[in-house]
Amino acid sequence: MTNIHSTAAEMASALATKEISSVELTKQHLDRISAVDGKIHAFLHVDSEGAIAQAEAIDAKRAAGEKLAPLAGVPIAVKDILAQKGIPTTAGSKILEGWRPPYDSTVVAKLKAAGVVILGKTNMDEFAMGSSTENSAYGTTQNPWDLTRTPGGSSGGSAAAVSAFEAPLAIGTDTGGSIRQPAALTGIVGVKPTYGGVSRYGVIAYSSSLDQVGPFGRTVLDTALLHEVIAGHDERDSTSINAPVPQVVAAAKKLDVKGMKIGVIKELSGSGFQAGVSARINESLELLVAAGAEIVEVSCPNFEYALAAYYLIAPSEASSNLARFDSMRYGLRVGDDGSKGAEEVMSATREAGFGSEVKRRIILGTYALSSGYYDAYYGSAQKVRTLVKQDFEKAFAKADVLVSPVTPTTAFKIGEKSNDPVAMYLSDIATIPVNMAGIGGMSLPVGLAEEDGLPVGLQIMAPLMQDDRFYRVGGTLEAALLSKWGKPILSNAPDLMVQK
Amino acid sequence: MTLDYKGATEKYEPTLGLEVHVELNTNSKMFCSCATEFGAEPNTQTCPVCLGLPGALPVVNGKAIESTILIGLALNCSIAPYSRFARKNYFYPDMPKNFQTSQYDEPICVDGYLDVEIETDEGPKVFRVDIERVHMEEDTGKSLHVGGSTGRIHGAEYSLLDYNRAGIPLVEIVTRIIPGTGKYAPQVARAYVTQLRDILRSLGVSDVKMEQGSLRCDANVSLAPIGSGLLGTRSETKNVNSLRSVERALTGEIERQANRLEAGERIIQETRHFLEESGLTRPGRSKEQAEDYRYFPEPDLVPVTPDAKWIEELRAKLPENPADRRKRLQKEWNVPDSEMNSLINAELVDVVEETIKLGAEPTRARTWWLGEISRLANEKEVAPTSLITTAFVAEIIALITSGDLTDKLARQVVEGVVNGEGSPKQVIEKRGLKVVSDDSALMVAIEAAIAAQPDTAERIRGGNIPAAGALIGAVMKATGGQADAAKVRELLLKHLGQG
Repeated sequence: MTNIHSTAAEMASALATKEISSVELTKQHLDRISAVDGKIHAFLHVDSEGAIAQAEAIDAKRAAGEKLAPLAGVPIAVKDILAQKGIPTTAGSKILEGWRPPYDSTVVAKLKAAGVVILGKTNMDEFAMGSSTENSAYGTTQNPWDLTRTPGGSSGGSAAAVSAFEAPLAIGTDTGGSIRQPAALTGIVGVKPTYGGVSRYGVIAYSSSLDQVGPFGRTVLDTALLHEVIAGHDERDSTSINAPVPQVVAAAKKLDVKGMKIGVIKELSGSGFQAGVSARINESLELLVAAGAEIVEVSCPNFEYALAAYYLIAPSEASSNLARFDSMRYGLRVGDDGSKGAEEVMSATREAGFGSEVKRRIILGTYALSSGYYDAYYGSAQKVRTLVKQDFEKAFAKADVLVSPVTPTTAFKIGEKSNDPVAMYLSDIATIPVNMAGIGGMSLPVGLAEEDGLPVGLQIMAPLMQDDRFYRVGGTLEAALLSKWGKPILSNAPDLMVQK
Repeated sequence: MTLDYKGATEKYEPTLGLEVHVELNTNSKMFCSCATEFGAEPNTQTCPVCLGLPGALPVVNGKAIESTILIGLALNCSIAPYSRFARKNYFYPDMPKNFQTSQYDEPICVDGYLDVEIETDEGPKVFRVDIERVHMEEDTGKSLHVGGSTGRIHGAEYSLLDYNRAGIPLVEIVTRIIPGTGKYAPQVARAYVTQLRDILRSLGVSDVKMEQGSLRCDANVSLAPIGSGLLGTRSETKNVNSLRSVERALTGEIERQANRLEAGERIIQETRHFLEESGLTRPGRSKEQAEDYRYFPEPDLVPVTPDAKWIEELRAKLPENPADRRKRLQKEWNVPDSEMNSLINAELVDVVEETIKLGAEPTRARTWWLGEISRLANEKEVAPTSLITTAFVAEIIALITSGDLTDKLARQVVEGVVNGEGSPKQVIEKRGLKVVSDDSALMVAIEAAIAAQPDTAERIRGGNIPAAGALIGAVMKATGGQADAAKVRELLLKHLGQG
């Protein structure tokens, strides 16, 4: 029986055979959202009417015998950083409260064109700045595995929605780990595609040279199916790559890693990582060896500087990207009582509309770009970026994919790191190098840590535009793990319908 | 004691620097596909990109890059094989993103020059103006500050914003400092902007209308005591909206600075606004504390990397330099400087050349455009070229040359065409203006005139040629003025044995 616990692939085939209608499936998910989202708070806006209307349209097309895309009629949740025409889009910020975009982002347009039913917009750290959703202006999202813990971030709402069966699929964005880290912390699959693999048009920019849109799913195949819907060249995004989309669905189905070389990054293993995390990673490597892969060790000495460089580049670009939020044309306006000038109103609006982490990064970035400091900060950070790229190039000369844990720890408690920005920043230590180099990476759930029973994520990285490689390795490992466990990892999560 | 301009330049040496902004005439904006037409209803030519809506991204207009490269080539610049856009960050309500996408340390064209010729006391002299860079950027929106006394944002009751102009492609052409112009600084500046305008027009890349703001000049000038070898503090004058204003603004500014220096005051580095009415400048924004624009490479755009083959194709397409072309035409037409200047000032060089190309006799082509057609245009307060086509003018001139029209009749034909009575042929037909040139018809009139005045005819036969006037007059009267008087004279004298 197809229901909310099915995979997206199962839903798609049940829809194709008319075992279930898109309206039924959509209603099941809307009911689930009504039932559990009070506890999870994954959504900032649920568009029930729009979703039902979209589902009805798909059902009608199917009834009329029209040829539909593979995921037509399957529901999805979209991070509130992607513009969707007429639907409130806030990027988790007060400064955009009430703004309804007059246009669709390219990814939303592609989802609509493929008939994927958009349930609503998900919670996130304000402007994607954060690793826990605690920086959202609209409240924190709770981790479905333990409501006292964060789901990670910034795409925490999207990850929690998929993990809590509120949606089978979701869209997130990843600037320094914002898809992979929450996927790891909620026990689902998340992919950050190669930079330029998915259009950024209509995605509210945090750090333009690092931001990338990507898919969430509960299985590698589901994630691949969504990946192929959203990927591809877009002439409205100059940085999008004009090349064929990697064949990720085929790769996810390959279930074969014989002869592949898996590189373990020395600097991202051992000390600094929770013991239960390391244990699961090692177990995964053994399964890959058993499946015929070869493990090699690689060294990436410059990763040490990646986090520091990231916190110069991302805030620098953010300080400029966020300048447009000035109350003149859209969003919040504060203090316009007729007595103040434009500059005062801009200033009052930004003071009231931005949260403290956003302000911290704007100030950091403004400082780093200032004349006299540019070379020392922004300039040096760009050099580190080149060094990180070179580290990857050397490592990929020895291995087909690279692996590491996604995060140093499993999901942390809400409030645990919110007053210590540096501790929070460190949770992205293993994911940031991927963004710096522009390559793609996957977070795959590989079991639960012994000490806390929470999910652990394995990060699989591949060279530029070779995203199919991590789908191939991820799919193979997922199958091995499933046959070992006998049931999907999410079946270990508490039942939200009874949990207080 | 105050110094006048002469006094100022006898004591101080001006150093110029000119920044010219040119709006390209591309059909779409620099980074989006919005229309660029001048004068549309406010905020009707906008989209998420040029309004800077959250999530929108820029895409470079290839035509704008082509135009900029053409400008660079025409100004003898090197074209960078790799250049980048940069963000210039500052807050202003008419800038939707609160940064301007521009070029900073990696412009597309560098190291060019333009030779400009001016009249000096010692005759014509050429000054070489070195071009530092030509780069691309986007224009801002327009603010209209309502209420208050100054028309500026401070003190206004409210402001209206029009983003139609936001994102229009702009090219900025920056000279290096121009030393050694002495008292001719304002003339050199004017000649430079004039020649630049002519080049841009010949390239067809801009409307170059200073009054509409599609060509804007910021004039920088500083003074230093003559012979000191020093470089003074400069001011930058904006709002210079005509070629004449370029010259006036600099003359005024040189005088102002000289008098401040004479009084022992220092020059403040600032932006000044030219006041058309008085010819003076008033202070604007002070640049004493240099604004920090926090430039950094625009991460939403990829570098511009034009390939060498394309650049050479564009170079091959460059039109003749307008100044060279004028020299060539002046030589071909063999006209004095004064007449050539009249043609240039009246912007008639192109049409005259075209008229000649269509077969018109050169002298007549110039005379008709500069004379009768310009006179009619002045009366109607329109451009001569809007009155009549070069093809019609060429046709009329051909009829004069062949003797089918007299000058007097041709003027009536022009008048008819201008009044919308149709083509020259139609006007001639409708008004019955054809010259009577049929010899036998004229001979009848001549013989009649001789018969009526036999004494006069006898005097002519006796060698009194001037007496012919009376008979010619009679023939002209008889033909209603449509005969060609020269022809009548020729036939008459021949008939009376004096031809």
